[in-house]
Amino acid sequence: MLPLELQELTFTAGGAQIIRGISARIEAGPRSVILGPNGAGKSVLMRLCHGLLTPSSGRIVWHGAHGGKSVDMRRHQAMVFQRPVMLRRSALANVMYGLKLAGKSRSQAELRAMDVLEVVGLAQHAQRPARVLSGGEQQRLALARAWALGPDVLFLDEPTANLDPASTQDIEHIINAIHASGTKIIMTTHNLGQARRLGDEILFISNGRLMEHTPIDRFFKAPTSAEAASFIKGEIPWQ
Amino acid sequence: MAVMRSAVLAFALSGLLQLPMAGAQQPFITVASTTSTEQSGLFKHLLPVFEKKTGIRVRVVAQGTGQALDMGRRGDADVVFVHDRVAEEKFLAEGFGVQRFEVMYNDFVLVGPKSDPAKIAGGRNIIEAYKKIAAAAAPFASRGDKSGTHAAELRLWKMAGIDPQTGKGGWYRETGSGMGPTLNTASAMNAYAFTDRGTWLSFRNRGDLVVVVEGDRQLFNQYGIMLVNPAKHPHVKKDLGQAFVDWVISAEGQKVIADYKIGTDQLFFPNAKR
Amino acid sequence: MNSLGEAFTAAWRLIAGFDAELAQVVGLSLQVSLTAVVIATLIGLPVGAMIAVERFRGRQALIVLLNALMGLPPVVVGLLVYLLLSRAGPLGSLGILFTPTAMVIAQAILITPIIAALSRQTLEDAWREYDEQLRSLGARRITAGMTLIWDTRFSLLTIVLAGFGRAVAEVGAVMIVGGNIDGVTRVMTTAIALETSKGDLPLALGLGIVLLTLVIVLNALAAVIREMALRRYG
Repeated sequence: MLPLELQELTFTAGGAQIIRGISARIEAGPRSVILGPNGAGKSVLMRLCHGLLTPSSGRIVWHGAHGGKSVDMRRHQAMVFQRPVMLRRSALANVMYGLKLAGKSRSQAELRAMDVLEVVGLAQHAQRPARVLSGGEQQRLALARAWALGPDVLFLDEPTANLDPASTQDIEHIINAIHASGTKIIMTTHNLGQARRLGDEILFISNGRLMEHTPIDRFFKAPTSAEAASFIKGEIPWQ
Repeated sequence: MAVMRSAVLAFALSGLLQLPMAGAQQPFITVASTTSTEQSGLFKHLLPVFEKKTGIRVRVVAQGTGQALDMGRRGDADVVFVHDRVAEEKFLAEGFGVQRFEVMYNDFVLVGPKSDPAKIAGGRNIIEAYKKIAAAAAPFASRGDKSGTHAAELRLWKMAGIDPQTGKGGWYRETGSGMGPTLNTASAMNAYAFTDRGTWLSFRNRGDLVVVVEGDRQLFNQYGIMLVNPAKHPHVKKDLGQAFVDWVISAEGQKVIADYKIGTDQLFFPNAKR
Repeated sequence: MNSLGEAFTAAWRLIAGFDAELAQVVGLSLQVSLTAVVIATLIGLPVGAMIAVERFRGRQALIVLLNALMGLPPVVVGLLVYLLLSRAGPLGSLGILFTPTAMVIAQAILITPIIAALSRQTLEDAWREYDEQLRSLGARRITAGMTLIWDTRFSLLTIVLAGFGRAVAEVGAVMIVGGNIDGVTRVMTTAIALETSKGDLPLALGLGIVLLTLVIVLNALAAVIREMALRRYG
């Protein structure tokens, strides 16, 4: 599946150019963090990679194959949204939903779902309606739902925005566990602390352009672009 | 929730399955008749006796005579039981009916407000009364629906030499509905109205309305019955329908009709010629 | 004028002394309208879901048409079904004119657009929320549509009830295709029309109050279910 190659990607919506020609090659292994200020185009870039949006021009190449359009390609990916949609059913059924779509039998799906719920610490809430869980629990459930599919690549869009510190810590813990199990992590954040804690490499986006694509240490020590430098500087006092 | 849903679904579906079979066990015929016979309560009195004797259920669809005859023309009824001799004979001539039998008569009456703006109360001459209504331009509520009663009303206007259409929008008001709704309208507007006696006797919302003219020979209202011609509509239940026709004009049927009363008033007077 | 007082007395007498004839009329009303609403839902809901989820040429026109058909006059529907089912009409050989089945058909035609149009709106709003998540999980359109229906089931229940309310309350269509035959096709509304014709306004209004009570009870039941479900499922 990997590497993922972006070739001269652009995306225009309603006359506004949101992605302005991004090329990059994302390798298997390191946790990739797409970093940048709000409105930089991080979420759109991630949706393009995941195949939820179609690029206006340019290509997305998975392991030599074209396009992220086909459902088959998407079977090997999963995504957790900033505000995940909880289906109006139990936590367990939420996890089983994706598994059944992936062709698992009911009993297989249930076994697998219980396993991941256990890992994210929601086993005791398995039968509770997903929508009555707390914000942090819902985000953990969303992670479990995505992880259960056993994706090669997991996209995470601002997974801890709007969460309190304790919940954030839980989520980051789970993300690391997923990484450790061999799944490629690609996530967006605007939070420098989180980028530092979770990232192995940084893709810094500003105003629809990829400004830097570097290992984490080099990014913070020696940013090559003025935008990145000022972003790091501007953000630091609040971290 | 799921239980509830499936219960509702099961109920509704079972209903669907049963619907076409409702009454299918019992033979029945469809009779197109008029609002006057239905609303006067005659059928409720007459039909159970027939059903008990023959086991045949009679389904009555009550409309104006014009509509009832059209129902017969379309083949949607087995028997028509109406009161507009001219229209009935046309129906026969067109080949939609087999043979027309006279069943009974009652009479029409002219009702109007107690205040009697046309000064016609107590009269016995309907033609004179019509002339006075037109002259006084007193409100008059007409069926305007091509029913037997409407046809009779129009014939009388013609005999009086008046074209009521000249009063349209003014004193002459067509309701375009059945006898009951027209009487409701007349009651609300304090208008005169031409009605069959049966409907009038069973009508409850009279308000200020009273009978102002009755007893004129011209007010005679004859009912006839016909089997819809199976030659035109092969699905017509010929035998069952004919059984009903025969019974209605039989001595027994005629007696049951004569027995129907509201209070002490007899509503219909059997006069079948056998 | 004391008709209103008389009407409530009449209504009370009707309910208290629940006689067999009234029970039959009420039962047939429920049977016909519930069957119609089930059929209309089975057709209208998938149509609404399809329009909500799919993008195709003429979609906007279809939405306009459906919204317009919500205001279809019952008499027109009745007349159309009458002409179809009449012996002289194309489906005359079925011989179902003046039967409850004909009434079910007319009412189903009347309320299918209502259920389709209203559910389209509800499902489209939900689809905006669910779209990316469901596609990400690999749901194809049909699966996504069914998921939306299940997840908005309590809102949809209200829509179905609106359809039922319209069906059980209309008189124009069932009068024409049913014929208001005593004991066969007489339902609440045609009975009310008949009593009005007879000038027995208190009895007519009394029947109206019974009908209204029925609809209120059903809606209250649905509200309770919805409330409980929302508390339980969020």
